[in-house]
Amino acid sequence: MNEGLVTTSYLVSGIFFILSLGGLSKQENARRGNLYGIIGMALAIFATFMSGKVSNFELLIPLMLGGAIIGAVMAKRVEMTSMPELVAILHSFVGLAAVLVGVASFLDTTHTSLEGTDKLIHEIEILLGVFIGGVTFTGSVVAFAKLRGSLSGKPILLPFRHFLNLGMVGASIYLGAQFLGQGHDAALITLLIIIAISLVLGVHLIVAIGGADMPVVVSMLNSYSGWAAAAAGFMLKNDLLIITGALVGSSGAILSYIMCNAMNRSLANVIFGGFGTGSGGGGASSDIEGSITETSALEVAEELKDSTEVMIVPGYGMAVAQAQHVVKEITETLRDKHVNVRFAIHPVAGRLPGHMNVLLAEANVPYDIVFEMDEVNDELPEVDILMVVGANDIVNPSALEEENSPIAGMPVIEAWKAKSVIALKRSMATGYSGVENPLYYKENCRMLFGDAKDSLGQVLSGLN
Amino acid sequence: MIISIPKETQASEKRVAIAPDNISAFAKLGYEVVIEQGAGENANLSNSAYEEAGARIVDDATTVWSQGDLVLKVTPPSIEEVGMIKEGATLVSFVYPARNEELLKKLGERKINLLAMDCVPRISRAQSMDALSSMANVAGYRAVVEASHVFGRFFTGQITAAGKVPPAKVLIIGAGVAGLAAIGAARNMGAIVRAFDTRPAVKEEVQSLGAAFLELDFKEDGSGSGGYAKVMSKEFIEAEMKLFAEQAAEVDVIITTAMIPGKKSPVLITEEMVKSMKPGSVVVDLAAEGGGNCELTLSGEVTIAHGVTIIGYTDFPSRLPTQSSRLYGNNLVKLVQLLGNAEEFNINQKDEVVRGALVLDKGKVSWPPPAIETSVAPKKKPEPELSGTEVVKKSNPLLSGGFLLGLLAVGLLALGWKGSSEFLDQITVFVLACFVGYMVVWNVTPSLHTPLMSVTNAISGIILIGGMLFMAGANPWLAGVAIFVATINVAGGFLVTQRMLKMFRK
Repeated sequence: MNEGLVTTSYLVSGIFFILSLGGLSKQENARRGNLYGIIGMALAIFATFMSGKVSNFELLIPLMLGGAIIGAVMAKRVEMTSMPELVAILHSFVGLAAVLVGVASFLDTTHTSLEGTDKLIHEIEILLGVFIGGVTFTGSVVAFAKLRGSLSGKPILLPFRHFLNLGMVGASIYLGAQFLGQGHDAALITLLIIIAISLVLGVHLIVAIGGADMPVVVSMLNSYSGWAAAAAGFMLKNDLLIITGALVGSSGAILSYIMCNAMNRSLANVIFGGFGTGSGGGGASSDIEGSITETSALEVAEELKDSTEVMIVPGYGMAVAQAQHVVKEITETLRDKHVNVRFAIHPVAGRLPGHMNVLLAEANVPYDIVFEMDEVNDELPEVDILMVVGANDIVNPSALEEENSPIAGMPVIEAWKAKSVIALKRSMATGYSGVENPLYYKENCRMLFGDAKDSLGQVLSGLN
Repeated sequence: MIISIPKETQASEKRVAIAPDNISAFAKLGYEVVIEQGAGENANLSNSAYEEAGARIVDDATTVWSQGDLVLKVTPPSIEEVGMIKEGATLVSFVYPARNEELLKKLGERKINLLAMDCVPRISRAQSMDALSSMANVAGYRAVVEASHVFGRFFTGQITAAGKVPPAKVLIIGAGVAGLAAIGAARNMGAIVRAFDTRPAVKEEVQSLGAAFLELDFKEDGSGSGGYAKVMSKEFIEAEMKLFAEQAAEVDVIITTAMIPGKKSPVLITEEMVKSMKPGSVVVDLAAEGGGNCELTLSGEVTIAHGVTIIGYTDFPSRLPTQSSRLYGNNLVKLVQLLGNAEEFNINQKDEVVRGALVLDKGKVSWPPPAIETSVAPKKKPEPELSGTEVVKKSNPLLSGGFLLGLLAVGLLALGWKGSSEFLDQITVFVLACFVGYMVVWNVTPSLHTPLMSVTNAISGIILIGGMLFMAGANPWLAGVAIFVATINVAGGFLVTQRMLKMFRK
C-alpha cells in the first residue's frame, strides 16, 4: 500500500473514532457507535500492516492474537459490579504501552538524522510520553488494587506528601533537561531514571486518594492514557495517534470535570486533599435533632403496594450487596401493580462514572425509567416513597443546609423532599465523607437495617 | 414478662390499646401479650386476628388484669379495675392526672408505676409516642366528617346539568395537629378552607395544605411552650373576635380546636356569631371537653341553636376506632421500646420522655415532672443562600481563564517562530482533535459514561500502531510487549462495551 493510501486510511479511521464517541450520545445509537469504533480500529491496524513499515510478523501476529484472546476473555468474564476494576487495569495497559513505545522510539536509530529544533522537539515528546505513560501505568494499577479491595480504600498519606510529589516532578524536569543534552548512552540511563520516578509518582499520587473519589481518579487516568497516546503520536509523527489520543484525553478530562462538579470539589482538592484528613470533618453535625425510626421489610412492602410514585436512589452499597437484580424484581412487581417506579442516579454514585446505570442495565431495568439527578430533583415532592439503597453522602441534606459541612455545596438528590423515605443501610456508620447524615433523623425517613440484598429479598416476598 | 390488654370499659369507648400489627413488635422485645376476649371488637379487630398475630386470648377481665406486669390501656382505669391490677405492675394509658386525684391515690396504694400517654413531653424525639397528636389527627379528620354528615350541601363545588353547586366555606380555628388534619380533610372534600391561629409560624403549614391563612392587623406572637398557643392580650382577643364575627356570617362550617391544657377552653364563637350564621351551618367544637370554644356547646352532645348544628362530641377518636387503635398502638410500641425489652425492663427516669410521662413511681406521685427545655418555636432554618445547582454553575474551565489562553497563545507563537512546519501540522491536528473530542463528549448522556470510558479505553489501544512500527527496529520485544498489552485493551475494551450496551434496553 502506498503512503498516501495509508494516510487516508488513518484519516477515515479517525473519523470513525469521532463517530464512535458521537454515537454514545443516545442509548438508541450507542451500539452503532461501538461498531464504528471497531471498524476504525480494524481499518487502522489493517492499513498499518499493509504500509510496508511493519515486519517481524511471526512475532507480531501471535502477540496480537494472544492479547486479543486475553482481552476477550476478560471482557466476557467481568462482573458488571467489577467494571471499575476492569477499566482501571485497561488504563494501566495503555500507560505501559506508552512507556514501552517511548523507550523503543528512543532506542530506534532511524531518527538520529534529526537536527536542531526537530531533535529537541522529538526528545521532549519522548520525555512527555514516557512520563505520562509511567504515571498512568502505576496509578491505574493502584486504582485497580483499591477498587478490588486488595489495597485499602482509605487514603494512605505519607508525611510531606505534597513536597514529595513536588520533589519528584522537579527531579524529573531537572533530569529531563539533562537528558536533552546527553549522548545516547548517558541519556538512556537518565530516561530510565525518569521512568522510575514517574512510576513511583503514579503510585504515590493514587494511594493518597480514597475509595469514593475513584470516579474522578479513573476518569482522570482515562484522560492521561489519552494524552500518553497523543504524545506517542507526536514522537512517531502519526496523526491518527494524535487524533485518537486527543479524543480520549479530552473525554477523560470532561468526565473528571463532571465528577468533580458533582462533588462540588476541584480536581486539585480531590487529588491533593483527601476527605477527613485535614480540618476535622463532621463537627458541625452534632446538633441533629430527632431520632431514628426503624421499619421492617414487610411494612415497606405494604407501603410500596399502597403507593403510586416510587423513586429508588441506588448507591455503591447496591453494587457491594449485588442487589441490582432484586431491585429489578421489585421494580417489575410494582410496575405490574401500576406503581410508577423510577430511578434517580447521582453522577458520583458508585466507583465509576455511570456505574449505576450499567448495573441497572445488567439487571434489565429499562433505561427510560432511569433518570439523572437534575431531571428528578424538582419532582421529588410528588414521590410517595423514596428508597435509598446503599447510598449516603449523595442524599445528605447537610450538603445544602450546613455551610460548615465538608460536603457543603455538593449537589445532592433531595431525598428528604419525598413524602416518605426508606433508607436501606447496614449500620448507622457514616458515608465516605465521614459526615453524619441528618436525613436519617428526619421525620419522614425510616431505616431498614441489614444487607440490602437480604432486606430487598424480604420486601419482594412481602410484595408477592 | 406479660403485657395485658384489657377491654375498655368506659361507655362509648370503642378503641382498644393495640392493634394485631403491634404484637410482633412486642414479641420481638420478648413480651408475651395477653388480651381480653372481644377487646378489639368495637374497633373491628377480631379475636382471631390477635390470636394469629401471637397474642393469647383470655376470657375474663380479672385474669387479664391480674396477669399483666405491664398493662396497656386507652382510657384511665376505673376504680374497679384498679382493684384487679397486680401489685407493683406498670400501667400505661391516658391519665389526665390533674383531674384524677382519687384514681392516683388508689393506684398509689397498689404501688403501681403509672405512665400517662397524655403527659409524654412534646419534644421532637418523643413525636412517635405522642398519642395526643395522633388522636388529635383522628379528631380533626372526624370533625370534618361529622360536619359534612349534618351539613345539607356538598363540600365541593360542581357545575352540573342541574345547576351550579357552590363549594362550602370552612373556617378552622387553631392550626395545631387537629386543625391541620381538619384542613387537609376539608380541602380533600373540595371545600374552601380558611384557618386562623395565633402563632404566625404555622402560616406556611396552613398554606401548604391549601387553606388560606387569616391574619389580624395586630401583631402578637402566640407561640407558647409544649406545642400549645399561649393566652393572648386583651387587645389581641378583641381584634380576633372581630375577625371571627365577620367570618361567621360568611362561612358554612366552623371547626374550633382551641384548647389550653388544664384550663377552661376560651370562648371564641359567641351566641351572637352563631345567630349571624346561615341556617343549616355547622359548628364542630373539638374543645368541648374543656367547656367548648362556642358559647352554646353542650359537652358530649349535638344541639341545634338558631338553625345552626353545634357538635360537641368529646369522643372523636373513638368514633374512628380502627384507625385510632392502630395509631395509639404504634405510640405504645414506641414507648415500650423506650422501657426496654422483657429481660431489661427499666423505667429509666433519666430519660426525659419517661420522666415526663411518669405519674406514679412505685405508687409515689411524681407528677408534675421538673420542667424541661423544649424548643419554643422551630428555629428558623437558615435559607441556603444558593441552591445546589447554582453552586456548581462555575464557568467552564476549558473556555475560561484568560491567563491560560494567554499562555497558550504565547506558546503557539513561540512554536510558530521556531518549530518545523511538520510539527506545526501535528499541533494543528492535535488542537482540533481536542476540540472535536470536547464537543462530542459533552453530548454523551451521563448514563453511558461507563461505556464511554471503556470505548475510549479501547481506542486508546491505538497506541499498538506505534508498537507495530517499531517491530522492525532493533528491539522487537519492547515493541512486542507494548503491542501485546495494547491489543488486550483494544479487544477487551470493545467487547466489554458491546456487552454493556446490549444490556441497555427500553
